[in-house]
Amino acid sequence: MPRVSFEHIVKRYGAVTVLDGLNLDVEDGDFLVLLGPSGCGKSTLLNLIAGLQDVSSGRIMIGDRDVTELDPKDRGLSMVFQSYALYPTKSVEGNLRFGLAARKLPKEEADKRIQWAADLLQLQPLMRRKPSELSGGQRQRVAIGRALVKHADVLLFDEPLSNLDAKLRSEMRLEIKKLHDTLNPTIIYVTHDQIEAMTMATKIAIMQDGEIQQFGTPDDVYENPANLFVASFIGSPAMNLSPARLELKAGNATATFGDGTQLSLVGATFDHAVQAGRDIMVGMRPEHFIMDATGTADGHSMLQLPVIMVERTGSDALISLDFVGEHLFVRAEPDRAARTKTGETVSVHYPTAKLNLFDAQTGLRL
Amino acid sequence: MSDAGVMFPRKPRRIRGRSIAVIVFLAMAAMFFCVPLYVLIVTSFKDMDQIREGAIFSLPIRWTWEAWRFAWFDACSGLSCEGLQQGFWNSVVILVPSLIASIAVSMITGYALAIWDIKWAGPFLFLLFLTAFVPFQIIMYPLIRLTVMMGIYGSTTAIAFVHTVLAMPVLTLIFRNFYKDIPSDIIKAAIMDSGSFWRIFVEIILPLSGNILIVVLILQITSIWNDYLVGVTFGGLGTKPMTVHLANMVTVSTGTVSYNVNMAAALLTAIPPLVIYFVLGKFFVQGIAAGAIKG
Repeated sequence: MPRVSFEHIVKRYGAVTVLDGLNLDVEDGDFLVLLGPSGCGKSTLLNLIAGLQDVSSGRIMIGDRDVTELDPKDRGLSMVFQSYALYPTKSVEGNLRFGLAARKLPKEEADKRIQWAADLLQLQPLMRRKPSELSGGQRQRVAIGRALVKHADVLLFDEPLSNLDAKLRSEMRLEIKKLHDTLNPTIIYVTHDQIEAMTMATKIAIMQDGEIQQFGTPDDVYENPANLFVASFIGSPAMNLSPARLELKAGNATATFGDGTQLSLVGATFDHAVQAGRDIMVGMRPEHFIMDATGTADGHSMLQLPVIMVERTGSDALISLDFVGEHLFVRAEPDRAARTKTGETVSVHYPTAKLNLFDAQTGLRL
Repeated sequence: MSDAGVMFPRKPRRIRGRSIAVIVFLAMAAMFFCVPLYVLIVTSFKDMDQIREGAIFSLPIRWTWEAWRFAWFDACSGLSCEGLQQGFWNSVVILVPSLIASIAVSMITGYALAIWDIKWAGPFLFLLFLTAFVPFQIIMYPLIRLTVMMGIYGSTTAIAFVHTVLAMPVLTLIFRNFYKDIPSDIIKAAIMDSGSFWRIFVEIILPLSGNILIVVLILQITSIWNDYLVGVTFGGLGTKPMTVHLANMVTVSTGTVSYNVNMAAALLTAIPPLVIYFVLGKFFVQGIAAGAIKG
C-alpha cells in the first residue's frame, strides 16, 4: 500500500541544515497538508520525496519500497506545480500524453486514460489548445489531469492554487477535495494558506524552521494547538495570546495578568500537572467569546473591557478591546458590532474549557 | 472633414540641435560603409576602359554584366580557371555539415549544462568561457597535427570539425543561458514525467529553441561563410571555400588587375550571408529580444 514515510530525513545545503532528522508518516489515502510560513522547509520536503533533490541522509519509503535512491520517474509519483508547468509547445492532449508515452503504455490504454481525465476535469473542449490559450483555472485543471493520467499512487501538490484569484481558488479547492473523495489517492499538498489546509486536509503537518511543530487532524490542530507557534499560526483572525502568571486562589487555578486582572481557570484542561507561580500564555480564540451574556455562568470567565476599534470584515465583524494594554480581538455579529461605540465598555464571556494555555518559557501547551 | 474632437492638438515635434548631431553622426557612420560599397557596385558594372580613366565614383557609361559572368564562370584561381562557381559549391558543401555539427554539439552541451545536474559543470563552464578568448592562430598548429592524426586533414570533414570546435565555447554559453531561463518547474515536471535526457530534449526543449536557433544560425552562417583562415589551412586543393578562391583570384602578381571582375567576385562572395540576413533578419531581432518562455 502506498503509505509514505520519511525516516530521519536530513537535508543540508552546504553548511545550512534545512531539515534535521525529520520523521513523518502518511497513511494510505491520507490528504496530508504541509503547512508553514515561507522558508520552513515544506517545499524542500516535497522535492525530496519527488526525487528532484537528494536527501543528505535518511530514508524515504513509499509503500514498502525504499525510494531514496530512485530516479524521480521511477517513484510512482506525479506532481502539480504552482506555476502549472505545462509544456508550452504541446497541446493539452500532448501535455497529458507526454507522461504516458514515456511509460510505454499501449496506445488504447493511453487513449482511455486521457479520455477519462478529460471527462473528469471537463477538458474535452480544450484538448487541441496550447497552454497559452487557456485561463489560469483551465491550466490548473490540465496540470491536475496530467498528474492523474499517470495513475500514480501518490499525488504531490506544490502550492497549486496560489496563482489563482480568490473565487477560482475556492472552486478549485472544492474540486481537488472532490477528486480526493472519489479517487482516494494519497496526497501530499504544500501550502502556506491555512484555509486550504483546514478545508481539504485529513492530516495537517505544521512546519517551522525545518521541524514539524504539530501533526494531526485539522480539528485537532485548531482546537488543541501543541505550542505557541501553532496557536498563533492557525486561525484567522489569530488567537489572542496574553502573558499571565498562574496562581492558586482558594484552591482554584487563576491566571493573573499584568495589570492584576484575574481570570478563573476552573474548567480549563491541563495536559500536564503545573505549579503555581509559572509564567504562562493564555490563548483565547476570537470566535469563542460570548457577548452580552448575563450573570456569570459556570465555566465562563467574564471580562469587562473598553472598546478600541470596530472592524467590519464582511460576514463578520471584529471588535478590538483594550486588555492589559494590548488588543484583544472578539468576533461579533455585524449588527451587534454596529451598535458598539469606541470607548464604551462591554462585557464578554469566555468558556474556560476552550482556553489554550501555554508555558511562557517552552511555548508548549500545558 | 470634421474638426470636432480635436481639442488638444499636439504641436509637430521640431528637430532640435541634439538630434541633428545624432543624425549627422549616424550619417557619417553609414557613409563609411556605403561609399566603398557604392564604388564596389559601380565598378563591377563598368568595363576596364572606363575603369582606367580613374573616376571611381562615376556611374558606368555602359552597364555590363560581363565582369560578373567572368568572375562566376571563367576567372582563374591558381591553376584552375573555372571561376568562382567552384568555390561557391565548395563553400556550400563546407557550410552544411559545419553548421549542423557546430549547432548540434553546442546545443546539446548547453542543454546538459543548463538543465541536468552534472558534476563539475561549474568549472567546465568556466573553462569554456576562457577558451572563448583564445585566438584561433594560437591553436592552429596543434589543430593541424590533431586533424592529421585523425586522418581527416585536407578534407571537408576537417573544416567542419574545426568550425565545430571553434564555435563551441560561445555557442554553448548562448544555448546554456537561453535554456537556464526555461522555468524550472517545467523541467521538473518533464523529469518526473519522463526522465529521459533525449526525450526531454527532443519533445520539450527543441520546440522551445526556435528563437535562439535563428540567432545562432545567422551567426554561424555568417562566420562559416566568411571564414578564410580555416578553409585555407585545413581544406585540401579541391575543397577550398569561396573566400579562398576569391583571395587567389585578386592576388595577381603579373598582368593587369581586372578591378571590375574582382569587385564582382567580392560581391558574389558576400551575397549569400546577406540574403540569409534579409530573409531571417526579422526573426534574428525577435530572437535576441525574446527570453525563453513566458507562462
